[in-house]
Formats: sequence, structure tokens, C-alpha cells
Amino acid sequence: MKARIHVTLKNGVLDPQGKAIEHALGNLGFGGVDAARQGKYIELDLVETDRDAAHASVDEMCRKLLANTVIENYSIELE
Amino acid sequence: MQKIDDTEITPEIVKEHGLTPEEYERIVGAMGRAPNYTELGIYSVMWSEHCSYKSSRFHLKKLPTEAPWVICGPGENAGVIDIGDDQAVIFKMESHNHPSYIEPYQGAATGVGGILRDVFTMGARPVANLNALRFGEPNHPKTKHLLAGVVEGVGGYGNCVGVPTVGGETNFDPSYNGNILVNAMTVGIADKDKIFYCAAAGVGNPVVYVGSKTGRDGIHGATMASAEFTEDSEEKRPTVQVGDPFTEKLLIEACLELMDTDAIIAIQDMGAAGLTSSSVEMASKGGVGFELNLDKVPQREENMTPYEMCLSESQERMLMVLKPGREAMAQAIFEKWELDFAVIGEITDTGKLTLTFGGEIVGDMPINSLVDDAPEYERPYVATPKREVADVPAANDLNKAVIDLIGGPHLCSRRWIWEQYDHMVMGDTIQRPGGDAAVVRVHGTDKALAICTDVTPRYCFADPVEGGRQAVAETWRNITAVGGTPLAITNCLNFGNPERTDIMGQFVGCLEGMAEACRALDYPIVSGNVSLYNETNGSGILPTPAIGGVGVMADSSKMATIDFKRAGDVVLLLGETKNELGSSLYQRELFADDEQNPSAPPHVDLALERRTGDFVRTFIESGQVDTCHDLSDGGLIAALADMAIAGGMGVNVTVENDLPLHATLFSETQARYLIAASAEVAGAIRKKANEAGIPAAVLGATGGKRLRVNDGAVDITMNKLTKAHAGWMPNFMANAS
Amino acid sequence: MKSAVIVFPGSNCDRDMAVALEKVTGVKPTMVWHQDHDFDAVDFIALPGGFSYGDYLRCGAMSARSNVMTEVVKRAAGGVPTLGICNGFQVLTETGLLPGALMRNAGLHFVCKDVKLSVENADTLFTADYMEGEEILVPVAHHDGNYFADDDTLDELEDEGRVAFRYLMDVNGSQRGIAGITNARGNILGMMPHPERMIEPALGGSHGRKLFTSIMNRLG
Repeated sequence: MKARIHVTLKNGVLDPQGKAIEHALGNLGFGGVDAARQGKYIELDLVETDRDAAHASVDEMCRKLLANTVIENYSIELE
Repeated sequence: MQKIDDTEITPEIVKEHGLTPEEYERIVGAMGRAPNYTELGIYSVMWSEHCSYKSSRFHLKKLPTEAPWVICGPGENAGVIDIGDDQAVIFKMESHNHPSYIEPYQGAATGVGGILRDVFTMGARPVANLNALRFGEPNHPKTKHLLAGVVEGVGGYGNCVGVPTVGGETNFDPSYNGNILVNAMTVGIADKDKIFYCAAAGVGNPVVYVGSKTGRDGIHGATMASAEFTEDSEEKRPTVQVGDPFTEKLLIEACLELMDTDAIIAIQDMGAAGLTSSSVEMASKGGVGFELNLDKVPQREENMTPYEMCLSESQERMLMVLKPGREAMAQAIFEKWELDFAVIGEITDTGKLTLTFGGEIVGDMPINSLVDDAPEYERPYVATPKREVADVPAANDLNKAVIDLIGGPHLCSRRWIWEQYDHMVMGDTIQRPGGDAAVVRVHGTDKALAICTDVTPRYCFADPVEGGRQAVAETWRNITAVGGTPLAITNCLNFGNPERTDIMGQFVGCLEGMAEACRALDYPIVSGNVSLYNETNGSGILPTPAIGGVGVMADSSKMATIDFKRAGDVVLLLGETKNELGSSLYQRELFADDEQNPSAPPHVDLALERRTGDFVRTFIESGQVDTCHDLSDGGLIAALADMAIAGGMGVNVTVENDLPLHATLFSETQARYLIAASAEVAGAIRKKANEAGIPAAVLGATGGKRLRVNDGAVDITMNKLTKAHAGWMPNFMANAS
Repeated sequence: MKSAVIVFPGSNCDRDMAVALEKVTGVKPTMVWHQDHDFDAVDFIALPGGFSYGDYLRCGAMSARSNVMTEVVKRAAGGVPTLGICNGFQVLTETGLLPGALMRNAGLHFVCKDVKLSVENADTLFTADYMEGEEILVPVAHHDGNYFADDDTLDELEDEGRVAFRYLMDVNGSQRGIAGITNARGNILGMMPHPERMIEPALGGSHGRKLFTSIMNRLG
């Protein structure tokens, strides 16, 4: 089973890289971008076949290592 | 599923590998049969310009490479010199030009990684990185992006491995618009009796692969580095390798830990052409054969062919020959550092490189044919014509001319760049970037190394012989100016297409000048790299033989720096100023010179250079002089401005000679130094200079808040000067993507 | 004073830290490898700067979960004086021993230069030899030193005197200019600047020395 994890900065946490992207897009003439936030995407190949068990285990991975919950949120998709 | 690439060898395939039909016939002759695809690939990289030096070898032989303190000259991974106390310095400079133009971050980063490996392969702990960077004109649309990416890449790699980036140079010129230069230099320190070489020995001994796994990175990087750029080169992006400085850091620590044992017989990093060139090099130096089982090569990707494994330029990998029975101990060290370790073959007495894969022999080539039979070309050349001496006019407004130069791209502060480099890690950087040379203490001692890189490409273009002399002499002078005794140099020879007679003329001329300077200054070349075909659509770069100099000082507490330190110090100019404004920065920036026929650059009098430098050094070594700066780009006024800005204090000088004032201020006559010292010391130096026949003139005194020359002929507030100097680069780079 | 310097793969200021500790305290510290589960009893633990695990994922994230950190967390929480500099500070926030997080510099560039700091609280184990409000010059060298915490946490840090050092110039966009903080008990300090790089005039100054003498004088 594949787990796809998106790690994003929490609202309210300043994202200098996102700001730079927003700025650069503006410089390139792309209007209409109100805000950009940069995050991470992580893909895991899991041996686990049970969805619930997989979700629980990936959730724990996120909390323990993959995301820093002081500043980041995460979301998990299983396939 | 194992896959052997059995692509048929056609004339097109041969051409794609950068080989001429004659060269292909030579391969067939050497092997006694037609090569298969894998073998052709291997020959093509081994016989590429990058690996074989086929266009340059003939001339490189003319360079002086020996001195009593040289332990190992060119031919190994890096040069080695003796610095006393049973210690050696190991250093080299190398180019990563083409990859950096295609992908500046990774190109520059892997350039730094590669040169670091060349140095720690020989047993040295790297202690300093430098880089010589050349970009197109500032207003070229790609310049900002390339500069930002290269600086980020150099820092990204060097900062992470924890080796300080302590110096270098950055220039701009339109000739680099389509072909930037990224030359990286590493300096390391080793125990003199613990130096490792690449010559393999001992039939039956294990050949061991360590480091990262092999992927399809950079296949054909070496042949790409040996071909001219065309517009579609930018399509070649996939060949760029990606660096992993974290793995490199682990590799450094693991290798140095293993080197503390007696397990290693020979070691070589996998650089350009990866596994192929390292194994061929090791076997050739040792006069043995290698049998490699490619199934054992740690692989990152699936279904890799022998061709791909042999030519991959995946980074952070090394090849070693171990003493028999030491494998388990060595493996434990590499596993501790979480690195791959695999015995992939053994030494044979066949004199051949034999490759097996899936139980079959997929390559079998005589080692000596891969190395010694590589073609050597004595390319025809036409010497650069002699140039006229220029009569360069006075600027209408001297103050403006000074501000434009000091606050312009060529002389402004490079702080924006070097603040992105960790230049202090390892705790021994005692002279940070921004001075004449970086000074790095030999850890745990009072001794220090003085290191710098220099070349003035516009001189090399105008007069390659003078330019070659000047590049070597300037590093010698910069090391001297901080109080170091210059010992040896490395070089990175960046030129255009050697098949053009005028370019080859530049190459031959520069080498001639360099060789003369090395002899006159007792300052041999111990390592180096040649990068040819630096041109885009037929337009070559300025000839750029970058020189990296290394010197030593016994008592680093006596080191000199450029900043004025005390108000009231007397400013003394050593050396004679002549009207040499031809090919000067002043001429180029303020008055357009004839691009194709520039005026004659300053003459380098090597005997005078040596006499003046040796004289200056004695006063720094004795502790009498702590403030010194050499004169180069921008002449006297630029040097005065540098010293005043660095010290945060003004200076008031009066110059008396027969030259027009603009010549006095901007002439780039060589072999000159500025010193600031107490009146008493300055008087004593002047007296001794007179006795020694070295021109010395008291110019004035430090202090105040203005840069003043000849009662206000130049009069600029320090505030304005400092702002101009500090401001150009950050303003230019603002909003770079 | 017996001290230990924890070495992670990719640490690169471990030697600098050891040299500084030895030069100032006269005793060579023990170097402890990240895979060790246990190490000798020491009076003081230092987490050095560098790029542990290449700064991959997040700075300090993987080191914070290494074997040795389980032991370090236990001892630090139990009161053993613990100092994290640069990457060490990032590791400390990742373990939760110190609040907040260190994010990418606001300027997006790596920055290596001497910066002016003020000693905000001279009544800690690590700052006792400084004067309150003393201005010191110490280098930074980091890409991710932009201190972030929510307003409540920041208020708490300020109210409890746990901001040990503050930047006197904008260096990296840190909230309220925070350069270094302590835990509530006062036995743990994390800071981005590198006092171990400023322990002798040859390196540009000695302002970092008092941090080490403070610890030594308190611990004996």
C-alpha cells in the first residue's frame, strides 16, 4: 500500500519560502496569486495491507518524525 | 532482469561519444578487435579531453613542478607539499563549468564535492575551500540567476560538510555570458607519513567500493565537459549529477578513520567517468589488472546496464584496494557511518580491465591502451600578436571615477557572497574573506596557511604571456601581503576551443608566462586541471588560467591584514608606479578599449616582484608591520580605498611623481604594496628600502573621515565610499531568483 | 567539570565545541556517538552545531529521535545542564525540551557573520558571568535560525526571563529577536549563535568565553 503525506505549515506560521514564491510569480507576470505556502510531500511504500492499521501507523510516523506539529499540519492519503 | 546493452557500433555512435573516426581506428588497433558498446563508452571517457589531456599534455610538461618541499606533483589526485613539523598540505583546484551553467546549484555543489574528495582521498582532512567564479556581464539576463544559484550551491555543499569556504574571487565579463566558470579549490592537511596514493598493488587483493550507491547520474559528464556548448546544450539537463553533502561528510569521516589503520593499499575517488576512470587510474599507476564484478556494485536504480554502471558519475563514491583480511574491519567502519561497502573485484596480473556481469565478460580492455595510447595532439597555434601601449586619457571627474569603480561590479565588496558561506567552522579561520589572502591556522599550532586564488583574464587575453606571469605573481603577492611564504600553486586552465589556432596560442602563451613566473618565484605547480572548449556558438571566453596559491607562516600572530588600524599611521608605497593603464580596469570601465585588439597590459618584472615581496615579508614576519595590501585591479586608489573602508577610517595622501594624476591613481603596475605603520617603523622601512634599491615613498597618514589625495584632487567622504563599496552587490542581487 | 559532546552523523561543530570546552575548562570532553544508548555520568551535555542528517526533512528532526537523545532527554529533564548551539538548538526544540521551532531564515539565505546580541538574563547557569544587558559580538552560521513560537509561548518566555539572548539587529526574522532561550527550570539553553567560535582574539573576539566560564564556575 502507498501512503501519500502532505506536510504543510500551520496557518499563522510565517512561510518565507512561500512568500518568495509569491513574489517571484508576481515578477514573472502571473497575476492573481494571493498567497503561496510551501510544504512537503512524502511517499511511503507500506507492507501493511489493512487500511486502518496503515493509517494508524502512518499517523504515528507523522507525529513522531515526519511533521513538527509545533509548526506543521499533515494529511495522509492511502492508496 | 539483467540487461546488457548491445547497441551496435555505428559511425554515428562513435561520433556521439566525441571520438573522431581516426580515434576509433586507434581503439580498434589497441584492442585488436572492435569494441563493444560498453568498451566504446569506456574508451570515449578515458580518451576525452577531460581525462586524457590530449590537447594540453604536450604543453603542460613545460610547467615547473619541483622544489625541495614538493612531496607529490601533478598526476595524483592532488598536489602535496611539506610544511615542516611532519605535516603536509594537499591541495588542488578543479573546474565544474558546464554543469554549473546548466544547473547552477547542483553544478557548483558537486564541483565542491569533487574537489573535496580529491583532497581527502590522499589522507588529508580538508581545512579550507575557495572558489574562483566568473559570470557574464551583470546586465545579461542569466547572470543574476546563475550567480545566485552557484553561490547557493557552493554554500549548500561546503557549509554542510563543515569545511570553511574562506576565499576566492568573482568576476564579470561578457565573454562568460554563455559559459560561466566555476573553479573550486580545496586545501587539506595530513601527516607527512600518512599520505595515500592511487597505485594499486598485490595480485588477489580486494577492490572495494564505498560511499553512495550508483545511479544513472551524469552519464557522459566527462565528454560533455570536453565539447563546445551549443544552444541545445541546455537540453542536456539530465546529465547533471546531484550532490549529497551529508553523505560526503560521512565519507570524509569514514575514510579518515580507516586511514588511521594500515588497511589501505590504494584509494581513489570516483570523479568524472566514475568507476571507469578510478579503476583504470589505479590499475595503470600500479601496473596491474583489475577484474570487477558489476553485479556487486551497489545500485540505486533498477536494470542498470554495464555501460551505465561504468560511466555513471554518481557522487560521493570511492574505490579502494585493501590489504587482504582487512575487509571486515573496514566494513565495520563504513557501516558505522551508514555507508555502502562492497567488495566488487580483485587485482589481477593480466594488465587488463576485465568486467563481468551476470556471469559473462562484458568488457576486456588493456589498461595501458586506455591510458597511454590515448591520442596526444600537438595542436597548431598562432601566438597572440603584440599589443600597442595605450595612452589612456584622464577622467573628467576623478571622484566620480573612483566611486564608479569602487562601487561597481569589479571592485565592490563581495560580502553578499561570502556571508552565505560558513567561513569559520573548524575554528581556525584567522583571516576571513575580504583581505588579500585567507589565513587558516594549522589546528593546534601557531602555524598557519595563507591561501588565495587569482587571475586577470583581460591581461591574459591582451597578452597571454604577461597574463600568465601576472596570475602566478598576484597569488604570490597576495600571500606575501598577509605575511605568508608562498610555497606552491594549483591551477585551473579555462580556455576556449583548442582546435582554433588563436585559442591554442592563448593557451601556449599563458603557460609560458606561468612557467617563467613559477621558476622566478620558486613556486612550482603541484596539481591542476584543464577545461577546454569553454565557448558558446563559436565565441570563446577570455583565457582564464585561474591560480590557487598556498603559503605558510610560522607565527600566525604576526599576520598582516589590509585594514587601517590606528589614526596617524604613516602610509608607505613600496614599488615604482609606471604609466601602465593599458588593459587596466580604469581603461576598460571608463573608456571602451578595442575589444579584439586591446592595449598592452602591465609588464611583470619577476625579479623585482620577488625582491619587493621578500622585502615586505620580513617586516611582517618580524611583527613590525600589521597592515599591508598589494596593489592590483584599480591600482593605488583602489588599494587605499580598500584599506580605509576595512579600517573604517580615512586617509590623506600626497603623491609626487612625473606621471599624470590619473595614471598614478589607476595604473596597475605590478610588484607594489601599501603598508601602514608608525612613523618610526615607516622611516626604518624606507631607509632599508633605499639601501635595497626598492622604491619607497611616504604618501601620507591615516585618519579622518575622508579619502583625500593631493589636497583634494580626490576627496570623498568615507561614508559615501563605504556605501558605494558595500551597496553594489546586494542591490544587484535583490530579487534574484 | 566533566562534559560530553554528542556527535550525530553530519555534526560539524563537534570539534569546535570540544576545543572550546577544553580551552576554557581545562578538561577534554567525552565525545558520544548518536547510536550509543548510554554514556558516562557527566556534569554537562553539549549538542553541537552542524547539519545532522544533512538537515534533511527538518533541521534536527532525525537527530532528536536518535538513540542517544532518549538518554539526553532523560538526563536534561532530570536537571543535567544541557547546551544546544545552532543545530543543537534545533535538536532541542525537536525533542520538545525547548518550546518553538527554528524555521528558514526570513532572507532565505544561509547567513554567516558576527552579530550583536544582548544578554537578556544574566541570572542563569549559562550567563552568570555576563552583565545583564551586556552587548556581545558572536557569529551566526545557519540557514534555519528563524525562531518561531506562538504568542502565548513567547509571552511566557519573556515573563519568566527565559529569553537568554536577543539579536540587536535583524538576522533571520526571529520572533521578538530571540537568539537563545532556556527551559523553565533553567538547566537547558538553546541558542543559534556560536559562542564556541569566539573564545580567543585570533578568531575575532572572546565574547563567547564567558558562556563557558559561567557554566564552569557554577558547576566547579
